[in-house]
Amino acid sequence: MNGQAWLLLLEGAWTTLWLCGIAISIGVVLGLGVALVRMAKIPFVDQILVLYISLARATPLVTFVLFLFLSAPMFGINMNRNTAAIVAMTLNTAAFNAEIWRAAFLSFSRDQREAALACGMTGGVFFRRIMLPQMITSSLPGLVNEMSFLIKGSPAIAVIGIVDLTRVTNRISAVTYEPLPPILCAALLYMLIISVLLKLQAMAEKKANRLAM
Amino acid sequence: MTEWTILWEARETFINGLIGTLVLFVLSTLCAFVLGCLAVYRLEAGDRFSWVIRTLINLMRTLPFLILAYLLYYGLPQLGVRMDAWTAGFISLIIYHAAYFAEILRGSRLVMPAGLVEAALAHGFTPGRLFWRIILPQLVIKTRPLLGNQLIIALKDTAFLTIITVQELTAAANSAQSTYFIPTQAFVLVIILYWLISICLELALKWAGRFGAKRGFDYV
Repeated sequence: MNGQAWLLLLEGAWTTLWLCGIAISIGVVLGLGVALVRMAKIPFVDQILVLYISLARATPLVTFVLFLFLSAPMFGINMNRNTAAIVAMTLNTAAFNAEIWRAAFLSFSRDQREAALACGMTGGVFFRRIMLPQMITSSLPGLVNEMSFLIKGSPAIAVIGIVDLTRVTNRISAVTYEPLPPILCAALLYMLIISVLLKLQAMAEKKANRLAM
Repeated sequence: MTEWTILWEARETFINGLIGTLVLFVLSTLCAFVLGCLAVYRLEAGDRFSWVIRTLINLMRTLPFLILAYLLYYGLPQLGVRMDAWTAGFISLIIYHAAYFAEILRGSRLVMPAGLVEAALAHGFTPGRLFWRIILPQLVIKTRPLLGNQLIIALKDTAFLTIITVQELTAAANSAQSTYFIPTQAFVLVIILYWLISICLELALKWAGRFGAKRGFDYV
């Protein structure tokens, strides 16, 4: 393991991080959107969303990434590897996030809504000022947990040839003929990334508990 | 639709892949569960060795599954330990999920009331019989939703093994699509198969829930 190898490893870590980062930030918002639409209980749309969540939660990320990357050109959509990986990871994580947001919706107390409406707030203002801040606090531990799950699942994108933190170990060992050190170093980097997220999750839990929710 | 008839002609690939995934999943989760229970049993002792087990469990929880499979399949040959892809994948599935099972059971063990254990000790249970007869059955029944969740995660993790060239369902779809050039149909079929397996798991979980309720374990 020389400096060059470390540089490659860090580059792989960066690829993993930015792809996951984009997928997470879109996935959290999309999950909220899906949860909102599901709460509105629009017939037909609701069933489709239930089917989507059920399918996305049961499909392995590897299979889904391969499916998107290989079959998109058949429908005339040209996706490069990074786009396919981001779309797949986003759709995957959004399904899990939608369930977390929905649980926060369902456990929200009705009296607060009644009090806010009695004070003359409109539905939109109530959602933005009262409901959303509390929902964010109460579902943040679950969301951070899902983020660490996504990062643990992200080596799946190696299957379509993206050189992420896992795949880059193959590249390094192809030059050095010593596969063990790069894999161990990659494991170390993953541990670092996920430990930070676990720490964040503990902090979010503490905050949620302090607000007694 | 000619593509779908091709799919029917290639059914053997898919059936073999499905059997491959199911064998891998069932055997590895069974072994992982037993190993997880043994780890929790060893943790009861609370000596230095159980500290090592705790550290190992926490280590596994911060690693992606694939990196463990890489370590066993690509890394270990450097130390002279060589195994084929299936064995490496199988062993990594067992180790990884045993750690998660152990963590789930340990979490439930921590909040278990002490009175029951003390009563059993007063009746002269040896530590081994105390664990297998009194503690473990309760832990398993109480944590069954989490254990079931972990089973579904384990099922999805078997798909990772396609990257280290294990023959399973995703690998079957990949080989069928490259032979006949039917990516959409092949993967739709495989995704539906994964979906069906996880629906069966969820149904089994519900059935187990009824069993738990009958034994008076549901107070949620």
